[in-house]
Amino acid sequence: MLLPFFEWCETLWLGQFVVGSLWIFPVIESVHLLALALLGGAVFIVDFRLMGLGLKGRPVAELARDARPWMIWAVVVLILTGIPLFLSEPVKCYYSTAFWIKMTTLPIALIFAFTVRSRVTMADAVRNTARRQQLVGALSMALWFTVAAAGRWIGFS
Amino acid sequence: MSLLAYCEWLAATEGSIALHESMFMYPIVESTHVLALMLFVGFATVLDLRLLGLILRRVPVSQVAERLLPWTIGGFIVMFITGVLLFYAIPVRTYQSIFFRAKVIFLVLAAVNVWLFHTRIFTRIAEWDHEVLTPRAARRAGLASLILWGAIIVTGRMIAYNWFDCDIQPQPDFVNWAAGCVVPPPTP
Repeated sequence: MLLPFFEWCETLWLGQFVVGSLWIFPVIESVHLLALALLGGAVFIVDFRLMGLGLKGRPVAELARDARPWMIWAVVVLILTGIPLFLSEPVKCYYSTAFWIKMTTLPIALIFAFTVRSRVTMADAVRNTARRQQLVGALSMALWFTVAAAGRWIGFS
Repeated sequence: MSLLAYCEWLAATEGSIALHESMFMYPIVESTHVLALMLFVGFATVLDLRLLGLILRRVPVSQVAERLLPWTIGGFIVMFITGVLLFYAIPVRTYQSIFFRAKVIFLVLAAVNVWLFHTRIFTRIAEWDHEVLTPRAARRAGLASLILWGAIIVTGRMIAYNWFDCDIQPQPDFVNWAAGCVVPPPTP
């Protein structure tokens, strides 16, 4: 059902532009990876803290507030670079299981980050049990790891 | 034994061939390399940004460095082991990749930067631990680290591309020299 849409994506100018060049795909891919490293730092310092690891001397809310703009910027760059990467090979993506795993876990990870996770990180210590914090931290890490691993796996199919 | 001969020997070993041809092991190792990158370069970036006064401004630098250090080291160990395995799977081509060679140079420079930071700058941290604006030398080390790890990520990703491979000729003399290609002299 969605295949015609993916085929239409393949005709778009941006994708054709990426396909037409030897260098552009690798360059965009590199920026995508650089932003992934930044995302890892911005997300994991908070997730580690939620799990009682890393910067445990600081309040969760402080770390989350400081990390938030970096996380948002990393996500913005990842999406902006991800779109042309996708448009350069949409039909291949359509037939890639890894792509669908990524496109399922990515919205979950994003929604989780900006709803449950941000509420738990911003809440004061009294209303948060340690167990809930640990669970949210572990879930956030697991979600982003899945998104990243599935993303890498698109290239293997 | 030259390094090239050693890589050729390595490529003929059973383990190298198995890893190279495996359906799942190679992608698993490669993905683990990327996940460790999120952790290791991610945390290194946080420390670098703190040195530049751009994140966690109210957290003492020593606290950021010391609390994250074990995880940064752990991430690096995973990166290193998976990186060695990736080399082991494709030794000759990787050894003769100009991107891999550039990556190794950047890695050495990054190691020197870490060493300088810990022996020259971090030793006097008590003087500026709580400052938002760290001394010039510390900021320089943070910026150098950001640039070097960025370059390591980019050159590392580029190893996958074969534009400058030795078996694709003709290449400019500089490329053949930098990649250590053994090119037969042109027949007249």
